[in-house]
Amino acid sequence: MAERKIRVLVAKPGLDGHDRGAKVVARALRDAGMEVIYTGLRQTPEMIAEAALQEDVDVIGISILSGAHMALVPRILELIKANGQEDVKLFLGGIIPDDDIAQLNKMGVTGIYGPGASTEDIVTEIRTAIQKRA
Amino acid sequence: MVFMSLSQALLNQDRLALSRLLTHVENNSEEGRKALDELYPHTGKAHLIGITGAPGTGKSTLVNQLALQYSKEGKRVAILAVDPSSPFTGGAVLGDRVRMRDLAGDPNVFIRSMASRGSLGGLAQATASMVQVFDAAGFDLILIETVGAGQAEVDIARLAHTTLVVEAPGLGDDIQAIKAGILEIADILVVNKADRPGVENSERALRGMLDMAHPTQRVFHHHGQRMVVPAQTPKADDPLWIPVIKRTVAKDGVGITDLVEAIEDHITFLREGGEWAARERTQLQTTFETLLRDNLFARFLDELSPEIYEETLSNIMLRKQSPWSAAEALLDRRRA
Repeated sequence: MAERKIRVLVAKPGLDGHDRGAKVVARALRDAGMEVIYTGLRQTPEMIAEAALQEDVDVIGISILSGAHMALVPRILELIKANGQEDVKLFLGGIIPDDDIAQLNKMGVTGIYGPGASTEDIVTEIRTAIQKRA
Repeated sequence: MVFMSLSQALLNQDRLALSRLLTHVENNSEEGRKALDELYPHTGKAHLIGITGAPGTGKSTLVNQLALQYSKEGKRVAILAVDPSSPFTGGAVLGDRVRMRDLAGDPNVFIRSMASRGSLGGLAQATASMVQVFDAAGFDLILIETVGAGQAEVDIARLAHTTLVVEAPGLGDDIQAIKAGILEIADILVVNKADRPGVENSERALRGMLDMAHPTQRVFHHHGQRMVVPAQTPKADDPLWIPVIKRTVAKDGVGITDLVEAIEDHITFLREGGEWAARERTQLQTTFETLLRDNLFARFLDELSPEIYEETLSNIMLRKQSPWSAAEALLDRRRA
């Protein structure tokens, strides 16, 4: 029987068009043997939740550089919960002020990464989060 | 809450159940196999359309436009988009959704990306089974987008009722067009990016290829004389469908209604000529034989002691026995 592959949705919500970070992470997760569904720029929370549902992902990774994370993240969490996917882990990357991190973690974000984060750490922490769930 | 199996929930149009079942089937889990068995009576209704062609010809963009058009007509459309897995890590980046953002939020459309997971024919091993799940869920059309295909990735023709091969200007000359392989499987040839230079040449090369396979009557003047080359009378076993060539500019939605009409014509041809049943038979036979082969092999290994297996393998490596005679000896031993 085939092992269960970790499936990750990598998405970029909001209006800033800088997706290099998201692409670097997508590539790193690919190299770690995961299946990454890449959705591209300017995704609404609704689009992200819908894609997560259709793709039955284990993890959603979003990249936000615009500062809109305190508006976008709760909405995404709310939608994936409404879809019955409360077991999906949300990881966040981008420019996130320290003051917001604790609050985002409390909302249910599993991992938060700023500039200079190592992709190895991201891979390890995704694997750990999935193992804990199983 | 009353307990409901995933396949029952799927038949009740539960989208999460559909998505979870697709994962089970993709991973060939026990639950997935059980569900396929339960769902089988509900399959056989959807029209399967395969979309294949070289990377960058615009397959995903075309799928996006086709799905938009069908959804406008009130049809339910499933999209199964296959992208390659890395041969080294087994990982994959599945990027077909990027070109399908127009479909986001459309309740008639369900998009699922899948990695090829080591298969080489342009599809993944589980693609046919996942199509069955969509079929049981009541989708009218299932669009199957293959891995960006080169010349020999022709598995899609065995799975789909209608196969679209997508070309773009500037990709190859008339020698490419007479090679065996991917062009032969086309029911409809799509020349996408038809706003680009070279579109005439691409179409001429494709038309030339089709003309060799299906000659039509020609009248022309040669040294002032009127010449008529009659069309060949078709042999009884000739296929009656002559592939059509359609031009599109998928990014602008140009030529899509025309293409949808050509697909419609092909369905009518399949249904009226008995070809639908023939394709279905081929497809089910492939599934059935693959299962037989895999199960036979698994059972055979189960009954064989690992020591004998290892011993035979080392004999082969030491050149004491050839793989051919070793295989026969092991099979005979089982029969004895």
